[in-house]
Amino acid sequence: MKDNKKTYWKGIEQLSNDPEFVKHADKEFPEFLPINQNDEGEGSSRRDFLKMMGFGIAAVSLAACEAPIRKAIPYVNKPVDVDPGVPNYYASTYASGGDYCSIVVKTREGRPIKIEGNKLSKISQGGTNAQVEASVLSLYDNERLRGPKAGTENTDWSTIDKEVITKLGAIAAQGGQIRIVSNTILSPTTKNVIEEFKAKYPNTEHVTYDAISASGMLKANEASFGVKALPSYDFSKADVIVSFAADFLGTWISPVEFTKQYSKTRKLGDGKKTMSRHYQFESNLSLTGSNADYRTPIKPSEEGKAVAALYNAIASKTGGSSVGGAGKFDHIDKAAADLLKAKGKSIVVSGSNNAGIQTLVNGINAMLANYGATIDLNKSANYRQGDDESMDKFVADLKGGRVAGVIFLNCNPVYNHKAGADIKAGLSKVSLKVSTSDRPDETAILADYTAPDHHFLESWNDAEPKKGSYSLSQPTITPIFKTRQAQESLMRWAGVEGDYYTYLRNYWKQNMAFSGSFDTFWDQTLYSGVLEVASEEEVASLEFAGDVNAAASQATSVKGGELELAIYQKVGIGDGSQANNPWLQEMPDPVSKSTWDNYLTVSQAWANANGVTAFEGKSNMATLTAGGVSVELPILIQPGQAPGTVGVALGYGRTSAGKVANGRGKDVFPLLGYTGAVTVAKSDELYQIAQTQTHQTYMGRETVVQESILSKYQKNPKAGRYEPMVSSWAEEGGKTNSGNLSLWEGHKYKNHHWGMVIDMNSCTGCSACHVACQSENNIPVVGRQEVINRRDMHWIRIDRYYSSDAQPGDLEAMEVAAANPEVTFQPMMCQHCNNAPCETVCPVAATTHSTEGLNQMTYNRCIGTRYCANNCPYKVRRFNWFKYHDNSQFEDVNTAMNNDLGKMVLNPDVTVRSRGVMEKCSLCIQRIQYGKLEAKKENRRPKDGEIDIACASACPADAIMFGDMNDKDSRISKLLKIKDTEKADYIIEKEIGEPRAYHVLEEIGVKPNVTYLTKIRNKEEA
Amino acid sequence: MQVTSTVREALVTGNKTVHDVTEDICRQVEGKPTKSWMLGMAVSLAALGIGAYAVLTLLWQGIGVWGLNKTVGWAWDITNFVWWVGIGHAGTLISAILLLFRQKWRMSINRAAEAMTIFAVICAAMFPALHMGRLWLGFYWALPLPNTFGSLWVNFNSPLLWDVFAISTYFTVSLVFWYIGLIPDFASIRDRAKNKISKAVYGALSFGWDGAAKTWSRYESVALILAGLATPLVLSVHTIVSMDFATSVIPGWHTTIFPPYFVAGAIFSGFAMVLTLMLVTRKVFKLEDYITINHIELMNIVIIITGSIVGIAYITEFFIAWYSGVEAEQYAFINRAFGPYWWAYATMMTCNVISPQLFWVKSIRTNIAATFILSIVVNIGMWFERFVIIVTSLHRDFLPSSWAMFYPTFYDVGVYLFTFGLFFTAFLLFAKFFPVINMAEVKSIIKSSSLKEKK
Repeated sequence: MKDNKKTYWKGIEQLSNDPEFVKHADKEFPEFLPINQNDEGEGSSRRDFLKMMGFGIAAVSLAACEAPIRKAIPYVNKPVDVDPGVPNYYASTYASGGDYCSIVVKTREGRPIKIEGNKLSKISQGGTNAQVEASVLSLYDNERLRGPKAGTENTDWSTIDKEVITKLGAIAAQGGQIRIVSNTILSPTTKNVIEEFKAKYPNTEHVTYDAISASGMLKANEASFGVKALPSYDFSKADVIVSFAADFLGTWISPVEFTKQYSKTRKLGDGKKTMSRHYQFESNLSLTGSNADYRTPIKPSEEGKAVAALYNAIASKTGGSSVGGAGKFDHIDKAAADLLKAKGKSIVVSGSNNAGIQTLVNGINAMLANYGATIDLNKSANYRQGDDESMDKFVADLKGGRVAGVIFLNCNPVYNHKAGADIKAGLSKVSLKVSTSDRPDETAILADYTAPDHHFLESWNDAEPKKGSYSLSQPTITPIFKTRQAQESLMRWAGVEGDYYTYLRNYWKQNMAFSGSFDTFWDQTLYSGVLEVASEEEVASLEFAGDVNAAASQATSVKGGELELAIYQKVGIGDGSQANNPWLQEMPDPVSKSTWDNYLTVSQAWANANGVTAFEGKSNMATLTAGGVSVELPILIQPGQAPGTVGVALGYGRTSAGKVANGRGKDVFPLLGYTGAVTVAKSDELYQIAQTQTHQTYMGRETVVQESILSKYQKNPKAGRYEPMVSSWAEEGGKTNSGNLSLWEGHKYKNHHWGMVIDMNSCTGCSACHVACQSENNIPVVGRQEVINRRDMHWIRIDRYYSSDAQPGDLEAMEVAAANPEVTFQPMMCQHCNNAPCETVCPVAATTHSTEGLNQMTYNRCIGTRYCANNCPYKVRRFNWFKYHDNSQFEDVNTAMNNDLGKMVLNPDVTVRSRGVMEKCSLCIQRIQYGKLEAKKENRRPKDGEIDIACASACPADAIMFGDMNDKDSRISKLLKIKDTEKADYIIEKEIGEPRAYHVLEEIGVKPNVTYLTKIRNKEEA
Repeated sequence: MQVTSTVREALVTGNKTVHDVTEDICRQVEGKPTKSWMLGMAVSLAALGIGAYAVLTLLWQGIGVWGLNKTVGWAWDITNFVWWVGIGHAGTLISAILLLFRQKWRMSINRAAEAMTIFAVICAAMFPALHMGRLWLGFYWALPLPNTFGSLWVNFNSPLLWDVFAISTYFTVSLVFWYIGLIPDFASIRDRAKNKISKAVYGALSFGWDGAAKTWSRYESVALILAGLATPLVLSVHTIVSMDFATSVIPGWHTTIFPPYFVAGAIFSGFAMVLTLMLVTRKVFKLEDYITINHIELMNIVIIITGSIVGIAYITEFFIAWYSGVEAEQYAFINRAFGPYWWAYATMMTCNVISPQLFWVKSIRTNIAATFILSIVVNIGMWFERFVIIVTSLHRDFLPSSWAMFYPTFYDVGVYLFTFGLFFTAFLLFAKFFPVINMAEVKSIIKSSSLKEKK
């Protein structure tokens, strides 16, 4: 390289070395550039201007599109048992008035998001109902009070305590009367607090009432057996059940418990070819009535006469004397004969609040030797303690101005008592009115002070639903607002020191029998949530001592009329205490399938006679007048409505419950207990009730509903099955089920094969699964108008079909339900077809088949063509027509997705779907994945039953079963008797051996992974 | 030029010379817009404006502004889609198939018919796009493009995907075919243009057409090749559209008769729409000598034939439903005729099956007013046919619990109106600025067919 003498010149300037070039030669840019002009103090240059302008525009535009700040505050010290992403479960107790359910609360990151049944409870046995499932949303209700109030002004606890104590002291000093008004209190410790309060203010009386009173039953039991309590029923031991207007599966006393028991008697299988027979005598078609084998529509005034008739029929065979006033009704003699055959294995119940009717019922049960067998008075139930007479006296005292101070302990009598208007008027004469309501409800807005109670999920408490059965409530979240437990408020005002938690523990320490350390006992009880204490004392004599003749005259003297009113509760809304819960408002009534409203149920005959039109839920308005009170209601034609009766549900027409409930439907509490004639005047104004199902019959389609009767089933377990066969060269014998023919190769499931079985015989239609699914899967509530537009979003629905009297083939007549129809409930959700019609039509492969048999939906990929929904033969796919979250259009109905408080209920494992995508049942894929991962961590396979999905776990009737069909030992495999098949060339390689099992729409060959079991009715003839 | 027997009736009347043809057609392009044109444009733009409001609301709020529900997931959207696609069939049929069959009468109507095809297909394409829940993703996710989602592919099993291909191919071929045909005429206008802008614009549009014999020869070859390509497309597009329904499981959709039945229906409605438009254009632009009664009669005969095919298809469906013994299928058809939507079915039957039969009467099929009315009646009928197929099949399918009604909202109507606005705006612009009749081709039949020459 040394020899290389070549020189390269940058340019002619370098070669010539001219002085101007040499001067700048060491600079990077030898030529003049205007960059540094500014340094020379000549002001801004063009470039500077551009730079400044560019920065300015960028800065201004960035400032203009400032993103909303959402503060996420990390734990400074992580709580020991809270791990992000890992749920914690706490046993607790749901108690609303006397409604009771033992529950397990699922919390994520310190907030309760789901309520499950507590399987350790002997009472609710792991079942729940819609109201229990929905109560978690009530915790996050934006309408709850943020702190104590004096009148309408916000105040603080020390002020309110000081003022209330001063006023109570003043009242006590003047000898004024103080009343604590409450619904049934199940908690013994709370009652003790009330006792302490009464000790401090001796002029205090505790008045208990129930929105739906069972006072008549308490009185009857006292008269009959000397026990003023409700008995424990055990429907599971009953072969024959007769119910007079007691909706024990839906709303009466303790429906979860009763459904658990009842469903055991409705199961059929290899080992069990018998089932209970259920008679129902009622006016409205209730949930219970729709499950009955024989249902007789009667008028409310006829109930006593029907009970008396049954009494006489039984008495005549058991040597008793008959009573007067009996009427003649269908199926009474048949029921009597069946009851007599099943002595000691039957139950007769009545939902009446008439002590005479209840005494007759007691007499019937006594004649049938049911006491001690299916009905236990020694283990008395505390569900209803309300005493109508003491409440009536309280109302009279109020009106008379004889009450100086009143504390409404978590109750709302201005709304939910028939004398609400009188109470409202009387309250103006009371000098101190305190409410512990969680919201400014109809009663609380009249109070001088509102001392809002915690939600039960924020509280410590105990409950004694039945004698010797205890359960504990524990907080699952730090109180969200500055609320205070009502018991603690009473303690403060009574001058009792300490907090309620310590008080509760001390009470238990002193009153409960335990061995060893109390802390251990307490922790164990808290862990399991329930405690059973054996009681050996016999309090009730089994001798029936009621005066049946007096009872019969009381029972049968109820005056009727040409048209009578039967007031009932809806399964979702009940007495209206949770009316501001949109999940319950939008839960379709199991029988009428209507939402967001109450209405006047009338029979088809009445509608025809009065020229009422009805199409797609749109019908006339009518004015109901009873005892001088008029209510305007929309009409709903209800098959099964007893002729000469109309029905209306309670729990609606709230005026001060919150945005969700206010103005929904009409309040009929003032009519509660009214007997006698009513008038209904139809108007020409039309109103549409939001129904999720408007077609009532199944049009004789045996491929949808397959049913039979017990005697046929006993002869042939395949009774009622519909197996459409077509000719085929491929099969021996030339015939095959058309569903077996397929172009598809099918799937091989090497690992799991998830499946579901629905027993239509056990399903009562109670809709607990509905709300459980909504809560688990973040399903939006869409509101009344959108339900009318047929856009409800529920992933699981319960199809309710009425039977029709029409001849097969007369299609028009088949659309009309029978006057007193048989009812079938069919839970329907994604069937997870193996040959899914939705999967093939999606242009972007957003819905696909998993390796475990699930039809899965990829929301991210969905472009919303809705072809999948059109092509779904089961119509279970749901489209996000609008953006349901953070949208002012749905603010008032979809509270779980439209305010920061409500959003706390959302399940973080499930995406909140965006506008324009399709969604549907995923078989709770998040639960399956969680269960699989838990098992994997322990290096094992998931055990059967370990993974349970929301609907199945909520079901109080155990009608829904989920499991792995590849696992030969799983419950589902055993129930379906799954066998390997020879036909290895086609999918699933399995054959279902259970004769009752069928797939809905089997013949179209979509091969669902959800299997149904036929409905069998225990009737003599179909 | 082919030789045409002198005994054949002249296709162009009124003793037109070749120059007359140029004058007659170019007059519209070169002159000022007429009052009736301005009025038509104002109405079209008003419809477009109202429709645009509906479309924007739809995009902003969601598909929920339509009347669809959980049971009826498609209604006006896909009805309109199929209807517009059907209308879009006539143009290509006339220009391609009739070209192959050497039907010279097509020459004076094919330009406008093709334009109509293109605008109709654009209108049709609006609906698959607008009916998507997430248009902002759907418009490209439905295409098999390479992507970064782990190379997520489209689902080739889905008839909707076939639609994407079928419609886009048809649109492309139709557009090219139409445009190629326009080139010589653009050149004529260019050559006559008096101002610079026209000269420049039509010069650009005519792609430097020089009118050389070689150019003409290439032009004819390309036209023939494109005709050959377009012919199967006429059949395939509606076949594939029909498969949106035929491959599903829904009773009333799951039918093998759909492909031929849909194609016949498409030609039926397409011809009707061509007639509607041509009768107006003919009158307004005074083209009675080019679009003669003979044309109208021939087109009416096509309408009788296709209308009868459609009628037979309706009856066959009923027969097969009964013969199949399938309960849901039988119910679907009984429900069509006697269920809550009986009026839609009755409208369809009256308009599609009964009314075209009037064309058996010569005086009716050569009467312009009658033809005009019946051509609209046919398109009303064909709209109802799609509505009946889509809505009445969906609203009561397998499970009675899900049976529901469909009620349209303002936005259903509004989006339909939007496509009308779009269609007529585009067609009016076409009629004003493009030669509505293929001058070059018509001139080729002047010699053999014009009365003047025969003298």
